Amino acid sequence: MADQEHIIELRGVTKTFEDTVALDSIDLTIRNGEFLTLLGPSGCGKTTILRLLSGFEQPTAGEVRINGQVVNRVPPEQRQVNTVFQNYALFPHMTVRDNVAFGLKMQGVAADETARRVHDALRMVHLETFADRKPRQLSGGQQQRVAIARAVINNPLVLLLDEPFSALDFKLRKQMQLEIKHLQRQLGITFVFVTHDQEEAFAMSDRVVVMNEGRIEQIGAPKEIYEEPANMYVARFVGDINALPGRIDAVRLDWSAAPGAPLAPPAPGTPEHAALPPDLKPGEHLYDATVGGTVFPVRSPRRLAPGDAVQVLLRPEDLRIDRIAVAETPDWPHLWGRIEESVYKGATVDLVITLDDGQRLMAAEFFNEDDEDINYNPGERVAVSWVDGWEVLLPDDAA
Amino acid sequence: MTRRRPFRTASIAVVWLWLGLFALLPNLGLLLVTFLERGESDFVSLVFTWDNYARLADPVFVRILGESLWLAAASTLVCLLIGYPFAYAVATARRGLRPWLLLLVVIPFWTNSLIRTYALIIILKSQGIASNVLMALGLVSEPVSFMYGEFAVFTGLTYTLLPFMILPLYASIEKLDKRLLDAAKDLGASSLRAFWHVTLPLTLPGIVAGCMLVFLPSLGCFYIPEILGGAKSMLIGNFIKNQFLVARDWPLGAAASTIMTALLVLMIIGYWLSSRRVALRERKGADTGAATAGRTPDGGHDMTHGADGARRARGRA
Ligand SMILES: Nc1ncnc2c1ncn2[C@@H]1O[C@H](COP(=O)(O)OP(=O)(O)O)[C@@H](O)[C@H]1O
Ligand SMILES: [Mg+2]
Repeated sequence: MADQEHIIELRGVTKTFEDTVALDSIDLTIRNGEFLTLLGPSGCGKTTILRLLSGFEQPTAGEVRINGQVVNRVPPEQRQVNTVFQNYALFPHMTVRDNVAFGLKMQGVAADETARRVHDALRMVHLETFADRKPRQLSGGQQQRVAIARAVINNPLVLLLDEPFSALDFKLRKQMQLEIKHLQRQLGITFVFVTHDQEEAFAMSDRVVVMNEGRIEQIGAPKEIYEEPANMYVARFVGDINALPGRIDAVRLDWSAAPGAPLAPPAPGTPEHAALPPDLKPGEHLYDATVGGTVFPVRSPRRLAPGDAVQVLLRPEDLRIDRIAVAETPDWPHLWGRIEESVYKGATVDLVITLDDGQRLMAAEFFNEDDEDINYNPGERVAVSWVDGWEVLLPDDAA
Repeated sequence: MTRRRPFRTASIAVVWLWLGLFALLPNLGLLLVTFLERGESDFVSLVFTWDNYARLADPVFVRILGESLWLAAASTLVCLLIGYPFAYAVATARRGLRPWLLLLVVIPFWTNSLIRTYALIIILKSQGIASNVLMALGLVSEPVSFMYGEFAVFTGLTYTLLPFMILPLYASIEKLDKRLLDAAKDLGASSLRAFWHVTLPLTLPGIVAGCMLVFLPSLGCFYIPEILGGAKSMLIGNFIKNQFLVARDWPLGAAASTIMTALLVLMIIGYWLSSRRVALRERKGADTGAATAGRTPDGGHDMTHGADGARRARGRA
């Protein structure tokens, strides 16, 4: 059984097929009992990682460890890992019962114990009355459940699921997401889940691995990935994003400065400390940055120097839009723009705004009982700013 | 569903007409002849008799029939044992290579099979190719002949009919979803057990089709036993041919042919019944499932809060 904190470790794993590099020096550690999702566009190497874990592929270089053991050369039938295949891969000539019992039969489990465990597994997925049916007599959702029961009945150390919902319609998919998540909590088995749908990944996972062209771009909790994307690729892949080019003008707070130095964080209790933004996290440096001709206070855990070109990333819901009367100027840093389009979405209104310098932004305003009217008309002039601290700064490599 | 399909109706009618005219009618004629007496001038005379069947109760005929069945079964089995690995190799070869490998199977058809059968003599005869090879390998010390006898006939049948085994096998193996083998291995099956539990049952239709395509013609074939078997071996195909063309005893030949057909039909019915019993057993299982299916809307239950989920799903519906 699992006795390692890290149930799976990939170290420097590279996989090439003839001349395509499917995986390029992957390092990945999966914790025992977690729900980990591999997220990325088609062809980025997600399935290849699963096949390395299940044993259907061998790494070209590097090391795959399961439960502490190097398994590079261990064939699939000898690994304590089971897979829910993309198309379910149920045996069409066997009944649901025989499909689910297959793994136990291969292990030589006694008939009465097999019968009992198959019954339990089918009850867990609410298919006990379908035991004598053939797979083709089941709906897509039911086949999916059989595939899950057939895999988990073997008590694997790790369960691999390769885009298991891709054949289901939207509603059923939402429901299966919840069920799989419940099941994982209930069984306590490590799940490695593959999807190209970021919403699905966020809804289900403890941690998400964002992949691109055979490399890992970022690993983190869904909230981290969404709110603090490590780079432009991740930022764009996991949702709509606005990127405003800017430049660092000044450093206002530097956590790496020696205590007492002019830019060092003030000691608690001092008036300078009380003047810091209340939600500032330790390690977040404060800067002034010029964006679109206006100076904004910004913060980032990255060390940046005056003159550095940056991209200020803002999710549509981070933007603050204000209707300003003609000849008036707000007393907070802002950019001027014009409403281009306004789309009613029920809970939100999605806005497209063109800034005076020509850049287009996407914004989402939430309806609020006692809020001002957010039904903007195209052409209306607005002031654009953002909630202090919600921006993400990335160094602008292109500049 | 009420739309008419004139083309479909017409083409089916043509097939039925064809079968009626050229299969059913001649066979009925043949059946009729088995109950008539042999005639001096017109081959048959219109006198009813059971005698033709009585004459076939002869131990000589029974022995011929038994030998024919045995030879047909043996060559079918050997075709299967050679054909399955070959078909498997072709079906799992690189996609671009498959048509060329299949071409190898089909090329022999470009030569008339009678000529190919005569060519076999050159291989099998005393001091033929087979004999020379064995001598060269030092396995035999003096020339051997494989000709004229059961072994030569068996070789000829196997060689000639092998493609008819390979092609249906190839079709069914190629159609097999290879991901099912991955699934079997994922669940702990060795390659051998994956083959036994997944590949074999799923390619059974190809095996049955191949066996029929080899067994039926090898039972009725007469020119291969005649060329390669010599005077020593008389199979049912030769027996029937001789009654019609040599002995001019049409009723007896027709009766032998009818018995052979009846045997084949019985075998097919036997196979059909056994596969239907399996299907019936499945259906019964499925019906018990179906009885409850109405009450459990698909996907309408939550894995951990079953009853709750079902209620919620119904509420939504
Ligand atoms: N058996 C294979 N032979 C050749 N190329 C392969 C094979 N399997 C995967 N690839 C290639 O490796 C890359 C990653 O594939 P895959 O892991 O299936 O991606 P994903 O599951 O993320 O869509 C793709 O470029 C794909 O074409
Ligand atoms: Mg894939």
